[in-house]
Amino acid sequence: MPTVSMTVNGKEVSAEVETRTLLVQFLRDHIGLTGTHVGCDTSQCGACVVHVDGKALKSCTRLAVQCEGASVTTIEGLAANGALHPMQQAFHENHGLQCGFCTPGMIMSAVDMVERLGNKLDEKTIRQELEGNICRCTGYHNIVKSIAAGAEAMK
Amino acid sequence: MYPFNYHQPKSAEEAAHILAANPEAKILAGGQTLLPTMKQRLAGPSDLVDLGAVGDLAGISEKGGTLRIGAMTPHAEVAKSPVVAKAIPALAALAGGIGDPHVRSVGTIGGSVANNDPAADYPAACIALGATIHTTNRDIAADDFFTGLFQTALADDEIITAISFPAAKKAAYTKFRNPASRYAIVGVFVAQAAGGVRVAVTGAGENGVFRVGEMETALDKNFSADAVAGIAVPADGLNSDIHANAEYRAHLITVMAKRAVAAAG
Repeated sequence: MPTVSMTVNGKEVSAEVETRTLLVQFLRDHIGLTGTHVGCDTSQCGACVVHVDGKALKSCTRLAVQCEGASVTTIEGLAANGALHPMQQAFHENHGLQCGFCTPGMIMSAVDMVERLGNKLDEKTIRQELEGNICRCTGYHNIVKSIAAGAEAMK
Repeated sequence: MYPFNYHQPKSAEEAAHILAANPEAKILAGGQTLLPTMKQRLAGPSDLVDLGAVGDLAGISEKGGTLRIGAMTPHAEVAKSPVVAKAIPALAALAGGIGDPHVRSVGTIGGSVANNDPAADYPAACIALGATIHTTNRDIAADDFFTGLFQTALADDEIITAISFPAAKKAAYTKFRNPASRYAIVGVFVAQAAGGVRVAVTGAGENGVFRVGEMETALDKNFSADAVAGIAVPADGLNSDIHANAEYRAHLITVMAKRAVAAAG
């Protein structure tokens, strides 16, 4: 079995994995970072979104071996020195969740959205950009509000 | 997912050698179709040949009115490229409408074209714009490339390296998309170039992308939405599934063609 090494949330990690091990399995089962969720496992729901070398992608649709040497950021890597990331804080303040299962993917997608499109995000843009993230509770209203507020706060 | 051997060649030639030596091997580009298919155990390749480390397969350039896009260029790069936006804005818009942001950041033009999914967007652009598919062995005209449902002219050990699109005078792509998958239920790419007008339809045909000759003739004479409004495409040979039956798809082709012509101006 190959040994895969990458940087996850600033820390060097490595593990021996099967070639078919998905990035999300590597993160959850081998590294013990269970904040990244598996919702659908069919590449549709976006609960597993993480950032790999600055790009937001679905970690259930990426092999761990493809990420050799990569720099990965998960939901656990957003808060710095015990303080919530502005986007996490915005979800907290705007109650941007119901059951909370999709929240890690929503927040990782939201941060990526701001990095790509800037701090002024209107409702239409946010909803369009959330195409790849499904909230089974249909709690989109407050999620959209949270992302708009978080985007402002990230200035 | 069934187990497989993983290869990460440094060049397209090395990748072609691995493919030639392993008849059950498959190429891994962005993996946004292949990996979900493997997870469902609908595909079980013996070997995966990851093109991620082949550096010279990605990138966008323009020369003498022809746009060249490297096979490993992700949809998101095509969508936001100022070079594409200037040369063929309809192609940038098409790329920006594939899947969702996470799929677009990883999924590639070469993967989409090689897979020839009957509901994929890029095959319509290739046919309508008269693209050329460059491979490790040769150059293939788009007209000769898409040979049927998930079938292409590619040999087993042949790899797409880039795709060239001649710029059109006018072009637009309009799709009626499945709201869940974002694949085209019907997508129509209309392009007016020096050689005439081309109308390519994706999402509808049982054998994948096809042209509508009657619409092309009408648009050659009069490039306006009215010119195609009265042209009905027969439902024979169109897909019927839970999303839309063949008659509905036939109707949508005319509607999407009208909208595409209007958008192309």
